[in-house]
Amino acid sequence: MNKRSLVSITDYSKEEILEVLKIASEFEKNPNRNLLEGKVVASLFFEPSTRTRLSFETAISRMGGRIVGFSDASSSSTTKGESLKDTTKMVDNYCDLIVMRHPLEGAARFASEVASVPVINAGDGANQHPTQTMLDLYSIYKTQGTLENLNIFMVGDLKYGRTVHSLLQAMSHFNPTFHFISPKELEMPDAYKLFLDNLHIPYYEHRELDEVINDADILYMTRVQRERFADPLEYEKVKNVYILKNSMLAGTKPNMRILHPLPRVNEIDEDVDENEKAYYFQQALNGVYTRQAIIFKALDLKW
Amino acid sequence: MAAKKELQVSAVENGTVIDHIPANKLFDVINILGIQSSENTVTFGYNLNSAKLGKKAIIKISEKFLCDEEINKLALVAPTAKINIIKDFEVVEKKTVQVPEHVEGIVRCVNPKCITNHQKVRTKFEVVGASPIVLKCHYCEKLTDQEHIQII
Repeated sequence: MNKRSLVSITDYSKEEILEVLKIASEFEKNPNRNLLEGKVVASLFFEPSTRTRLSFETAISRMGGRIVGFSDASSSSTTKGESLKDTTKMVDNYCDLIVMRHPLEGAARFASEVASVPVINAGDGANQHPTQTMLDLYSIYKTQGTLENLNIFMVGDLKYGRTVHSLLQAMSHFNPTFHFISPKELEMPDAYKLFLDNLHIPYYEHRELDEVINDADILYMTRVQRERFADPLEYEKVKNVYILKNSMLAGTKPNMRILHPLPRVNEIDEDVDENEKAYYFQQALNGVYTRQAIIFKALDLKW
Repeated sequence: MAAKKELQVSAVENGTVIDHIPANKLFDVINILGIQSSENTVTFGYNLNSAKLGKKAIIKISEKFLCDEEINKLALVAPTAKINIIKDFEVVEKKTVQVPEHVEGIVRCVNPKCITNHQKVRTKFEVVGASPIVLKCHYCEKLTDQEHIQII
């Protein structure tokens, strides 16, 4: 694998995470920098993800780079039966960097082993989405002034939500305390609890979304997705259990901020949007700066 | 005084004896070691009585001496196996199975959405737990535990 790829959040050390956040804050001061002039970035989306693709394409465009690629597999040669290896090798000839979204888990890791240029994983199935994690970290860093010693509350689908799993892994460098609020059916998997146990990181599990959030520095909300449930009855039972309303925020800490990877359905009531603690729309904007910083590092660019 | 025992599988002059294989794992061991395509003389015993395992299996391969790497592959299916290296009908070396750090190309990933189950990608795992064995897929990062280990 080439060392500059970002496939999994665990590819970054604590120092590298902090380095990228610092670069991101430079891009936030001035996002329009022609650092990618003359460079071609391949944007390979084997499944559609408009939000992530537009964020990457905005990041690349603001850096003056050119984009080639496709936005879903039907417009690629995958429909003709071409293997991921062959598609990657072909594109590798044309470009300086590959951004890849793929429905199969491990696809980006495999591509990074086949390609000579760096590969940035824009999501591989339910596995990893490290640029989302980095933008979450940047949002936490920006709103709290630090990543150290924070109370992180995660709410909703903690079983299948890859964003919470990657965020948990990344935050483990920074001495956090975790609180998990979810129905039994969607609780944090044992593998991640074991991971925290081994690092002696404290975590608490709750079934109710109530005053317990008054201790939170970060309230990370997630969507409970219908397609995760084999039994539609199970979904109906839990879908309305964890809805955040503005009235529930009265006793929360002044520095507390609400994050959500978006899109939301109904888990955050619209009356929360006007509260200064709602941060999810700015969070999305941070994604552009963070992706600029990740590209900067992947290509070893200089200011 | 030990009672005189009749050998249930005839002795080899030179080669390797793999003993104490759980009976139901015999064919997995054959698979892992690629014995089916071996040209050496191989004798098996299957469903032999064993005080330790109940029913066990034994494999004797003539004129072949397994290296440590091959032996360690057995950790995935038959960690209890004991390996005897035979020269002139005598046991010259005894080896036990050690759990390897990495496992490549032997085990299928348990995750149906893993790239290795859809495209021609050689499977790779890091061994993250030794007893019972837990494998972490290098690609999809999912864990495959001992009871779900499936040999390719």
